[in-house]
Amino acid sequence: MLDVIGHYNYWIAIALMMVGLNMIISRPNLVKKLVGLNIFQTAVFLLYITMGKVAGGTAPIVKAGLAIYSNPLPSVLILTAIVVTVATTAVGLALIVRIKDAYGSIEEDELMDRAKDETPS
Amino acid sequence: MIAANLPALQIVVPLISAPLCALIPNGRVAWLVTTAIAWLTLIMAVALLSQVSAGIPVSYEMGGWAAPWGIEYHIDRLSALMLVLVAGIGAVVTPALYSGIAREVAADRQPLFFTAFLLALTGFLGIVITGDAFNLYVFLEISSLASYTLVAMGSDRRALKAAFQYLILGTIGATFILIGIGLLYMLTGTLNMADLADRLPELSRLRPVRAAFAFIVIGAGIKLALFPLHIWLPNAYTYAPSVVAAFLAATATKVGVYVLARFVFTVFGAEFAFDVMPLGEILRPLALISIIAGSLVAIFQSNLKRMLAYSSVAQIGYMALGLSFASVNGLVAALVHLFNHAAMKGALFLVLACVVHRMGTVDLASIRGLGRRMPLTMGAFVAGGMSLVGVPLTVGFISKWYLILAALEQGGWLVVATVVVGSLLALVYVLRVVEAAYFLDPADGAPQVDEAPLVMLLPTLTLAAACIYFGIHTSVTVDVARIAALNLLGGFR
Repeated sequence: MLDVIGHYNYWIAIALMMVGLNMIISRPNLVKKLVGLNIFQTAVFLLYITMGKVAGGTAPIVKAGLAIYSNPLPSVLILTAIVVTVATTAVGLALIVRIKDAYGSIEEDELMDRAKDETPS
Repeated sequence: MIAANLPALQIVVPLISAPLCALIPNGRVAWLVTTAIAWLTLIMAVALLSQVSAGIPVSYEMGGWAAPWGIEYHIDRLSALMLVLVAGIGAVVTPALYSGIAREVAADRQPLFFTAFLLALTGFLGIVITGDAFNLYVFLEISSLASYTLVAMGSDRRALKAAFQYLILGTIGATFILIGIGLLYMLTGTLNMADLADRLPELSRLRPVRAAFAFIVIGAGIKLALFPLHIWLPNAYTYAPSVVAAFLAATATKVGVYVLARFVFTVFGAEFAFDVMPLGEILRPLALISIIAGSLVAIFQSNLKRMLAYSSVAQIGYMALGLSFASVNGLVAALVHLFNHAAMKGALFLVLACVVHRMGTVDLASIRGLGRRMPLTMGAFVAGGMSLVGVPLTVGFISKWYLILAALEQGGWLVVATVVVGSLLALVYVLRVVEAAYFLDPADGAPQVDEAPLVMLLPTLTLAAACIYFGIHTSVTVDVARIAALNLLGGFR
C-alpha cells in the first residue's frame, strides 16, 4: 500500500496521460482533441520532471552547506519537448483554422456528413 | 577540415537552407536552391558512406562534448546506407517538385513548401545519423511537423483532415517513444544509444525496461504504419500532392523501420527483444495481416494514389516480417526491401505525379489509353509495378527471395504461402492499371496529352531504372545489408 502512495507523482502522471488519450479518442471537436493531446504530452513532461527530483535536493549550484542536488538534465530535456509541443499545437491549430474555412465546421461528425457530398476516392 | 565535420554539415546545411528558402519570394528560385542543397546533401552522404566502408564507424562529438554526456553522431554502415537512401530520394525527387506542385500549391506558398520539404529532409537525415536517443526524438518531431505541413498542401480540402489525423496519431507515436526514452533514462542515467546498450542487459529483468520497450515499439509502429496502426497513411498519401507522396512513401516509413530496428537490435539487443520479450510472435502475425489485408484493399481502389498507399501498408508488412525473424537472412530481406521499396514506390508515385500534372486526376478512368500518349511515364509504371509483384530481374524479386529463405530456415510454410499470395494480389492491382493504360481506349472527352515535362520525367525514369539496375546487380545492396545485419544482430543466434 505504501508503495502505491509513495509513488503518487507517477500515478498523477499516468492519470493525466489517460485523461488526455481519452479526450483525443472521445471528443468530436478538433480543438478539444488538440487540448487532449496537450494534456497527454504534459503528463509526459511531469513524468520526466518528477524522476529528476531528489527529496530535499536543490539546484546543482556549488555552494557551502548544499550537499544534495536534483538532476537538472530531465528538466532541460523537457524544455526542448515543450518547444516541440508548442510547435505541434501551432501546426494543429493552423490546420483547424483551415478546416473551418474549407468545411465550415470543426466537429468530427459534421465533417463526416459533409464528406458524403464529395466524390468518393 | 570539411571531411572531419561532414556529420555535422550533413544536418546543418539543409537545416540552415530551410529558413533561407522561406525568405526567397519566388517559388522557382526557392526550388533551384532546394535542388542544389538536396544534391549537396547526397554528395555528403555518399562521402560519409565511403568513410565508413572500411568498417570503422564514424563518431562525431557535437560541440566538442564527449559522449555519453554530449550528443554523439554515430555513423555505422546501416546509418550510412540510410543516409544515402534518404538523401538520394531527396535529390532525385527535388527536380520534379516545381512542376509537380504547380497545379496544387498557390504561387505565394511555394517558397514555404520548399522550406517544409528541406526541414523534413533534415529531420529524416537527423534520425538516422544521431547516436543519442533524445536527439532522435527531436529529429523525429522536426520531420513529422514538416510532413504534416507537406500533406496539408494538397489541393483537395480533404488533405487538411488527413494532415490533422496524421498530426494526432504521429504526435501520439512520437510521445510514446519519448515515454520509452524517459523510462530508459530513469533506469540507466544515459541517453547515448551505445551506452544504453552497455547498461541495459543487466537490468533486463526490471519491469520499467519492458514497459519502455513496449512504448518504443508501439511508437515506432505508428510511425512506420504497421497494421493496425496504419490508419493515418492511406488518407495522408492520397490527398498529399503526388510528389510529396513520392518523397514521404520513400523516406518517412523507411525511417520508421530504421527507428524500430535501431532500438530493437542496437539499444535493447536481439536477445532481450526476441527471447525475453515476445517481439517476433507479435510482429509476425501483424506483418502477415498487413500483407494480405493491404493488398486486398488495394485491389478495390479506383483512385490510384490510394491504391499505392494501401500497397505501401502491405509492403511495410514485408519489412516487419523480415525483422520478426531476427536472423541474418530475415534482416537482409528487411533492409534490402527497405531500400528497394523506396525506389519502386518513389518511381510509382512520381508516375502518378506526372499523370496528375497532365490529366488533373489519377483514377483508373483517367489513365485509360495513356500507354500510347505517355509511353515513358507508363513504362516507368510497369517497371515499378513489376518490382512490387516481385518479378525476377527486378528489385522486388531479391527482397522476396531473402524473405522466403529466412522463412524456410525457421520452417514457416504459412509465411512462405502468405508472401506468394501477397505477390499474386499485387499482380492483380498492378495489372488493372496496365490493362487500363495499354489495352483500353481513352474515355470520351479525355484531354489530348503529351509526355510529362523532362524535369518530372527524368526523376521518374531514374528511380524506375534503379528498380531494374539493383534487381540485376544485386550484390551492391545485398552486401551492405548483410554487413549491417551482422552488425545489428551482434552474434545473436
